[in-house]
Amino acid sequence: MSALTALQQLIGQVRGSRVVLISTGILLAIAVVALLGPLFSSHSYLATDLDRRLLAPTLQNGQLFGTDDLGRDLFVRTMMGAQVTLLVAVIASIVSLVIGVLYGATAGFIGGKLDALMMRAVDALYALPFIFLVILLMVVFERSFFLIFVAIGAINWLEMARIVRGQTLSLKEREFVDAARLIGVSSFGIIFRHITPNLLGMVVVYMTLTIPQAILVESFLSFLGLGIQEPQTSLGALVNGGVSQMEQAPWVLLIPAGLLAIVLLCFNFLGDGLRDLTDPRGEMQ
Amino acid sequence: MLRYASMRIIGAIPTLLLVIVIAFLMVHAAPGGPFDAERVLPPDIERNITHAYHLDESLPQQFQRYLRGLLHGDLGPSYRYRDYSVSELIGKALPLSIWLGSLAMSVALLLGVAAGLLAALQKNTFFDRLLTGVAMIGISVPIFVVAPLLVLAFAVHLNWLPAGWSSSSGLSRYLLPVFALALPQIAYIARITRGGMIEAMSSDFVRTARAQGLGTVSIVRYHALKPAMLPLLSYMGPAIVGILTGSVVVEQIFGIPGLGRLFVLAALNRDYTLVLGIVILYAVLIILFNLLVDILYGLLDPRIRKR
Amino acid sequence: MTLLRVSGLSISYPGASRPAVSELSFTVNDGESVGIVGESGSGKTQTALAVMGLLPANASVNGSIRLQGEEILGAPAARLNQLRPQKIAIVFQDPKAALNPYLSVGKQLKRIMIAHGIASGRDAVQRSLEMLQRVGLPDPERQYRAYPHQLSGGMRQRALIASALIAEPDLLIADEPTTALDVTIQAQILNLLQELRHASNTALLLITHDLGVIAGNSERTLVLDKGCLLEEGTTRQIFAAPGQERSQALIAAAPRLDAAAQAAPVTVGAMPLLEVDDISVSFRERRGRGRNDLHAVLPLSFNVLPGETVAIVGESGSGKTSLVRAVLGLLAKKTGTVGFLGMALPDIVRKRSNETRRRLQMVFQDPVASLDPAMRVGSIIAEPISVHEPGSKAAQREQRVDEMLGRVGLEHELKARFPHELSGGQAQRVAIARALVMQPKILICDEAVAALDGTVRSDILQLLLDEQTRSSLSLIIITHDLTVVRQMSHRVLVMYLGRICELTTNDRLFRQPRHPYTRALLDAMPLPDPTAARQPPPVSGEAASILRPPSGCVFHPRCLHANDACSKDTPLLEETQDGKVACHRAAELDLS
Repeated sequence: MSALTALQQLIGQVRGSRVVLISTGILLAIAVVALLGPLFSSHSYLATDLDRRLLAPTLQNGQLFGTDDLGRDLFVRTMMGAQVTLLVAVIASIVSLVIGVLYGATAGFIGGKLDALMMRAVDALYALPFIFLVILLMVVFERSFFLIFVAIGAINWLEMARIVRGQTLSLKEREFVDAARLIGVSSFGIIFRHITPNLLGMVVVYMTLTIPQAILVESFLSFLGLGIQEPQTSLGALVNGGVSQMEQAPWVLLIPAGLLAIVLLCFNFLGDGLRDLTDPRGEMQ
Repeated sequence: MLRYASMRIIGAIPTLLLVIVIAFLMVHAAPGGPFDAERVLPPDIERNITHAYHLDESLPQQFQRYLRGLLHGDLGPSYRYRDYSVSELIGKALPLSIWLGSLAMSVALLLGVAAGLLAALQKNTFFDRLLTGVAMIGISVPIFVVAPLLVLAFAVHLNWLPAGWSSSSGLSRYLLPVFALALPQIAYIARITRGGMIEAMSSDFVRTARAQGLGTVSIVRYHALKPAMLPLLSYMGPAIVGILTGSVVVEQIFGIPGLGRLFVLAALNRDYTLVLGIVILYAVLIILFNLLVDILYGLLDPRIRKR
Repeated sequence: MTLLRVSGLSISYPGASRPAVSELSFTVNDGESVGIVGESGSGKTQTALAVMGLLPANASVNGSIRLQGEEILGAPAARLNQLRPQKIAIVFQDPKAALNPYLSVGKQLKRIMIAHGIASGRDAVQRSLEMLQRVGLPDPERQYRAYPHQLSGGMRQRALIASALIAEPDLLIADEPTTALDVTIQAQILNLLQELRHASNTALLLITHDLGVIAGNSERTLVLDKGCLLEEGTTRQIFAAPGQERSQALIAAAPRLDAAAQAAPVTVGAMPLLEVDDISVSFRERRGRGRNDLHAVLPLSFNVLPGETVAIVGESGSGKTSLVRAVLGLLAKKTGTVGFLGMALPDIVRKRSNETRRRLQMVFQDPVASLDPAMRVGSIIAEPISVHEPGSKAAQREQRVDEMLGRVGLEHELKARFPHELSGGQAQRVAIARALVMQPKILICDEAVAALDGTVRSDILQLLLDEQTRSSLSLIIITHDLTVVRQMSHRVLVMYLGRICELTTNDRLFRQPRHPYTRALLDAMPLPDPTAARQPPPVSGEAASILRPPSGCVFHPRCLHANDACSKDTPLLEETQDGKVACHRAAELDLS
C-alpha cells in the first residue's frame, strides 16, 4: 500500500500551499458550473434564434452572457465549450500519461540496450514538428472527435516518457532498491512497491502541466477550424467565432477567451505550486 | 567535441527522413483523391489528370519520385493553384515569415532576458513579483487570445495601429504582429532567464566568488552568466517551434501573406502537395535549429567540450 | 596582536527551533592556529560564514566581529569585498561544488587578481602559475588551463586553497577542508596548509568534526555544541582534561588507533562461513575510443569464519565496494566463486534462494538513501518478514517489528515515521533492524558509520558488537577509517587499486604492518592526541587511475621504499605468519 501512503504524503504537503489550494478551488468551481450550469438555463446550445443575434449580456431572459451571431445563448455555449475543452484535455492527458509512464518506466527499469533504443526513438520523435503533423492529420482524416484525442496524446507522451525514464533510472540506482533486492523482493515487487510510489508525486505534478498543453493544442486546432466541429463547440472554437465579431460584439470574444485564460492560468499556478512543494531544487528538469 | 557534433548531425538525418515519410504517407492515406471536391470529371479526362500527376504509380514509386524532386528543390506542383509549383508558392511566402519571425525572436530575447535578469537580481522585490505574475499570464494566455485582444485594443478602440496588413504600408503595420508573436516568448524567456540566474547566483561556486571579494557585477559577468544562460539556450529549440506555430495564428489574424497563412489555406483547401511541402520545410527549420542549439551547448559547457 | 575578535555572536533563522549560534565569543591572534570542533549542527560553519560575511539574506545576526579592530559584521558589501580575500579567505568543504565548472582554474585565479587590482595580464598569469606550484600541483601550466572536472578531488582542493591564498590574507578559514578526501590525501592537504601558513604567518581557523585533525593542527581549540561555546583552551588542555561533561563525552567517543580491540574472540579452526575464491570484477567502459576494460577487482580470495569480523580497508578506487557487491550478487563478477557454508552461490542475487539471501545482508553508507522514502519505518522493517514468511499475519509482523525496534534502541513510536523525518543515526538503526529481522549470518557494513557523528557512530558500532556477541553474527566491515578497524575487527584485508596488499590480524596490523601502503595509512590517520609527534605525510601524489595502473607493483610510484624491482614485477601474495602480503620487500622491511 505504498502508493497510497505516497499519495497521502502529497496531499498533506498540498495543504501547506495557498497557491495550490486556490487554483484547485477555482478549477473545481469552473468544472462544477460548466457541468451543472446549462441544466439551469432554459436555452439549449443548439437553438439558433436569428431575431436575437449579438445581444449584449443581460439578466433578461436568463442570457447572462448574451448571444452570438446566430442568436444562440452564449452562457450555455460557453459552458458546453468549457465541458468539451476540459474533457478533451483530461482524456488526452490520461492517454499520454499511460503511454508515457509505461514506455518510460520500462525503458528506465530494463535499462541497457533496450533503454538506449527506446530513448533514441523518443529523441527522433521529439524533433518532429508535431503540431504541423497533427494539423496534417486533422485535415487528411476529416476532423473526427476521436482523432483529436489521439493527436493530442501523441504530442504529449514523449515528455512524460523522458521524465519517467529519468526518474526510474535514478531510483533504480538508489540504495533502497539494492536493499530490496538483497531481501529477495521480486522485480515485480520492486516496481510496484518501491519504484511506482516514488514516481507518483512527480507524475501528478507533471499531469498538471500536460493538461494545459492539451488544452492549448485543442484550442489551437479549433481556432484554425480544424478541431471540434459545429454544432459542438470548445473554448478555442468559441474564441475563433468571437474574433470575427470582435468589433461589434466584443463580449463574444472576451467571455470565452477570458474563461480559457483563467483555466490555463490556474493549471499553471497549480503545476508550479506542486512542483515547488515536491521538487524545490528542480531535480526533475 | 567533434565526435559530439558529428553524432548529432548524423542523428538528424534519419529524423528528417522520418518526417518526410510520415507526412508523405499521411497525405497519400487521405480518403479520396485531391480532386474529389471539384465537379465530377469524365473518366478519360480523370485518367489523364491522374497520369499527369503520377497518381497511377505505386506508392513507393511516387515516394521515390518525390524524394528525388526534393533533392533538387522541386516540391511538386500545387494541387490547388495549378499554375504554380509548391516551391514557387513557398518561395513567395517564406521571406516575409522569416522576417517577422526573426524580428519577433529578437524582440523576445532582448526584452525577455533583460526582464528576467533584472527580476533575478531583485529577487522577491515588488518588481520581481510583478514580473513573475505577468510572465505567468503571458505563458497561460494562448496567442490566439492575445493577438485579437491586441487588435481590439490598439487598432479598433485606440486606433493607434493598423489592424490589417494590406490596409496600410510602412513600418507601423509590423508593430502589432511582431509584438503579438513575441509576447508569449517574452514570458517564457523571462521566466527561464530568471530561474537560471537565481539558480546560478545561489550556487556554491558563486558563494566562492563572493568569498573571493568579487562584486555583483563581476560575479554576474564572469561567473553566473554562462550557467544562467544555458537553460535558455536549451529552450531555444522549443522557442522556434513556438514562433512557427504562433506565426500561423498571427498571420491569420492580421491577414499577412506569409508561410503560416499559406499553410492554413492549403490545409483547408486540401492542397496536399503544398501542405506536405510546408510541413517538410518547417521540419527542416526545426531540426536545423535544434542541431545548432545542441552544438552551441556543447561548445559552451566545458564538461562536454573537453571530456 | 589580536587579529579577529568575535563577541556575543548569535545567528538564527526563521522557523528553526533553536538559534544556529548563541552568544559565541572567541579571538584569533596573528599567525595563530585555532580549531573549532563540534558535531554537525553545532554552528561551526555558520560561524565561518558569519566571519566572511557570507550568511544568507534570511539570517538574523547579532553581536560583533572585529577584524584588526574594525567591525565587519553588517559592513557594506563594498568594504567586505576589499577585505575578501585580501584579509580573510575561506576554503570550503566540497571543492567540486565550490569551483566554477565553466571556467578554467587559471581564469578563476586571474579574475581574483584583476578584481582587486593586484595584478593583470601577463603578471597575473605568472602569479597564478606560481601559486599553483606552491600548492603542490604538478605541471602548473596544465592545471592552469584545466577545468575543475578534469582534476581529481585532492587537486581540486589544492586549487581552491590556491585561490584563497593568492591575495595573501591574514586569516584563512578552512571549513572541513579534507572531509571529502581520502585519508592519505587528507594528510597531504593538512600538511600543505601548515606549511603555507608558516611561510607567510597566516592565521588559520580550522573547522572540523574530526578530533584527530584538530589535535594535530591547531594550537588552541574551541568546542561547540548546539550553537554554544562549550569549552575553550589550548588543544593540549582540552584533550588532556576536558572540563565539560559533553566535551568529555565527545573526546571519549573520538576513535583512537591505540584503543583496545573490542571484538570478542572467535573459535579457531571452525569451518569458514563464506569462501570467496578468485573473484574478480570488471566493467566495460565506452569512454573515448573503443572500449576499455576497467578492472575494479583483480582475482583475489578470502574467507570469513562464524562470529568473525573481517575489515576491508581501502581508499577510493580500491575496489572494496565492487568486491562486496559481487559477493552479494548485486554485481556480476567476472571470475571466481562465492561459497556459503560450502555451497557455491549463483552469480546474481535474483537467482539465489530466499534461504540464502536472508543470510547475507548489507547496511549502506547513506542511511536515509537506503530506506524507501515512500514507506514508513514500520513497513520497511516488516517487508522482509512478508517476503520470507508469506504466511505471517499482520499482528505477528507488527510484534516482530516492535521487537526489532527495541533491539536496535529505537522507540516504537518511530514506526509511523518516514525516512526523511529521521536523523542519520536513527535511519541507520532502522536499516540495521531491517537487516537483522531476517537473522542473517553475515552482515556487510559498507562505510556504515562514515556519515555519522562521534557519539552516534560509537553507539552504532557498539550495537553491531552486541549483535555479534548475541547471535554469533559475522561482520564484513568496509571502511577507510582505521579506528573502526581497530575497534571492530579480527582480521583485516587491505586493498589498493583492486588488489590485496595485505591480509593480517587486527593486532598485527597496528603493531607490525608488512606492506608500505598499510604503514602509510596508519601514518596518515590523524591521532586525537595533541602530544604525539607530527610526521610528514607518508605518501605523495595521487592514486593512479584504474584505467591505467602503473607497471609492476601498482603502489610503487607512491611508495617510500620502492626499488627497481618494484616497477617491473608484480608482487605475488605470499603467506606470512599471521596472514598474507604482496610486496617484494616485505621480508626485509620493518614497518612497526
